[in-house]
Amino acid sequence: MLTHKRLILAHFWLAFAVFGLAILLGEWQMYIRSPLHAWLRNPDLYYRSVTAHGTVMGYVFPTLIAMGFGYAITELALKQSLIGVKWAWAGFWLIVVGSITAVIPVAMGLSSVLYTFYPPMIGNAFYYIGVVLVVVGSWIWVALMGINMNAWKRANPGRAVPLAMFANVAGSYLWAWTAVGAALELLFQILPAALGWTTTINAGLSRVLFSWTLHAIVYFWLMPAYIAFYTIVPRAIGGRLYSDTMARIAFAMFLVFAMPIGIHHLFADPEVGSGFKFVHSVFTAMVSAPTLLTVFTICASVEIAARLRGGKGAFGWLKALPWDNPQMLALAFSFVMLGFGGAGGLINMSYQLDATIHNTQWITGHFHLIFAGAIVIMYFAIAYDLWPHLTGRAMNDLRLMRTQLWLWFIGMIVLTFPWHYAGILGMPRRMAYYDYSNPGIASQASTVILSVIGGAILVISAMLFITILVRNHRAPRVTPAPFSFSQAVHEPESVPVALNGFGLWVGLMIALTVTNYGYPIAQIITQQHAQVPAIYIGAKR
Amino acid sequence: MNGQRLVSWRNPWFVASVGGTFAVLVFSAFVGFVWLPSAQDDELFKGLLNAICSAAGVPRSWLANASPPVPPSSPVSNVALTPTMLSKPSDASTGRGATLALRCTMCHGARGVSAANTPNLAGQYAPSVYKELRDFQNGARVSAIMAPMVVGLSDQDMRDLAAYYAFLPRLSVKTSHGNAEAPDVVATGAPMRNIAPCASCHGGLTDKVGAPWLNGQPLTYLTSQLNAFATGKRRNDISEQMRNVARQMTPNEIDEAAKYYAAQ
Repeated sequence: MLTHKRLILAHFWLAFAVFGLAILLGEWQMYIRSPLHAWLRNPDLYYRSVTAHGTVMGYVFPTLIAMGFGYAITELALKQSLIGVKWAWAGFWLIVVGSITAVIPVAMGLSSVLYTFYPPMIGNAFYYIGVVLVVVGSWIWVALMGINMNAWKRANPGRAVPLAMFANVAGSYLWAWTAVGAALELLFQILPAALGWTTTINAGLSRVLFSWTLHAIVYFWLMPAYIAFYTIVPRAIGGRLYSDTMARIAFAMFLVFAMPIGIHHLFADPEVGSGFKFVHSVFTAMVSAPTLLTVFTICASVEIAARLRGGKGAFGWLKALPWDNPQMLALAFSFVMLGFGGAGGLINMSYQLDATIHNTQWITGHFHLIFAGAIVIMYFAIAYDLWPHLTGRAMNDLRLMRTQLWLWFIGMIVLTFPWHYAGILGMPRRMAYYDYSNPGIASQASTVILSVIGGAILVISAMLFITILVRNHRAPRVTPAPFSFSQAVHEPESVPVALNGFGLWVGLMIALTVTNYGYPIAQIITQQHAQVPAIYIGAKR
Repeated sequence: MNGQRLVSWRNPWFVASVGGTFAVLVFSAFVGFVWLPSAQDDELFKGLLNAICSAAGVPRSWLANASPPVPPSSPVSNVALTPTMLSKPSDASTGRGATLALRCTMCHGARGVSAANTPNLAGQYAPSVYKELRDFQNGARVSAIMAPMVVGLSDQDMRDLAAYYAFLPRLSVKTSHGNAEAPDVVATGAPMRNIAPCASCHGGLTDKVGAPWLNGQPLTYLTSQLNAFATGKRRNDISEQMRNVARQMTPNEIDEAAKYYAAQ
């Protein structure tokens, strides 16, 4: 039973509104640096746009989705009213204020530092303060998720925490710890320089601290999508979840292995030792364990649904699946994109193979395929599933929903496959323009045009998505059937204590952070000569 | 679930997860810190302790036994510029600079602007003026006229002069060069020839410390300096930045850029 629909709708609507704006920036960036447009006379406009697109899509949009979905799960799975509603609103308004604070200096060209901050570049202090406010707002949500789960556990001793809530809290704890790296960087390094208290910065340390956040944040983005895989899709297509225990293990493993792996982003950085790079590479490989576990469990759950619908044969059951159901479609598309994106990811995490694609367009293609593709398409699915329960109105545009999902899938493939290829050809990322008239890179021109077309398809799909949600608010009122999450083949009566809480997993996460990050951080802090002058961006002298 | 203790060697979940994680850690640490480094030929990886320290990133003196760096054949600039240096000069410093600048007026004009084809210094970035004075003094930048003028200046004198000229109002207040009239080399550079846009360092799009403000400088001066960088006659640019750019510019681009900035 949802009792705080306004709170949840506010999160989702703000998320999709900023998403709708930021996607336009993304397509504009693709267009102006393609051969279809003359070179930008002021490249800073491009970097402003990249900063805004990245900040919104990386920090604001997924955080709001995770928060809104988290509040919904708390009420729907625990069947109790959300504790701390006023705090939840406070967190929401912090994000609103933070986003506005951050975007104004970016629009003015005072903080074209990109969302990865890139010290020693230093932008306007308000940009960083805005980002900090967004993170603080999300930490309120983290606290509320823990408080709500523990209140339920006290009221229901001995019972298994519902899977959706278990996964939701796993995601929130992961975020709490992974945000610490960037928070340390912002509070102790960047903000003092941005406010003029210091004029030098240890850029190597900043990069290591940011890597602490940068990779695990992807798994935080991923969590809502995985929760949907496990707890929404099997129910929506008329099946059963193959294994509740396997799901819990997968989420626990994400918590442990998401964190101590970020240095694979620093393979080309000289300030980190090769030994630590290798260790992080191995732990990055470990993430394939919960990923493959999920692929197996969900495929098995889907097969159950197909066989319940009369599917037969080794592969014949695929035909029996409800392909006209948007949830089925979203899942299939998500898995295809996850498969290709994951395969590319194996190259990124390999210490040697990475050298061929490091800092090329391959990287941009990779994270768009995984995040904007496999993950965001599940955000759409989540919204489609929850919306009738939030608005109390019928979701009748099934055809339009299918079209929207198809367009997103096709658009993402057309956008990212040529993008990967351009990277293999050696095209560097984050450049405002390229001299396609030069024979050396002329062959890359057509790949960028293809990506522009893919981006345009995505813009159409995004507009369609927002249209569908708006139309729902005007649809006839209905009383939707009570919301339910997927039921497992064997519903857990009781689960091992390790899989009913997070003590063990959070403990391992922190321990691995200490072993994998402790020495590199301690070592760089002590290097006085690592302090370099801050380079102020957009400073008028 | 009831009564089961989480942290206990009798809890199989605890044993498997902690043991498994520890095993992965030990395995990866062994390969990364011992096995792979020991396969290196480099002297600094020989022996267990050396291998571990090198792989951990402990700072080493990699070139300790190499021959010392070759001394430059002519004086090089030894000025270290930072973005915040000279950014907030005192009134006294600016005033002192005004007095010292009296000796500069014959060529650079009473208020930092003249028609003598010498650089107009009014409103020039302080670090740029300071750096050039220092370079004239130690011979990194060669000028028969400037060398005797700066020989007796102290470091503080040069800072004061820089503060004074930065304080004077500029000849041109135009701040954006991202427009259609600007030649391509000013607004976009030439990426495949490694030429950054002039305006991305010299103001107009963004500015970088040490790069001077060019608006309204005399055409003769701009052309002669670009040619001097291109031929290597002038070489006090930090890390050869201007020499690398000017060498790649065509004579036509040098002409266009100089004319454009002179007309601002």
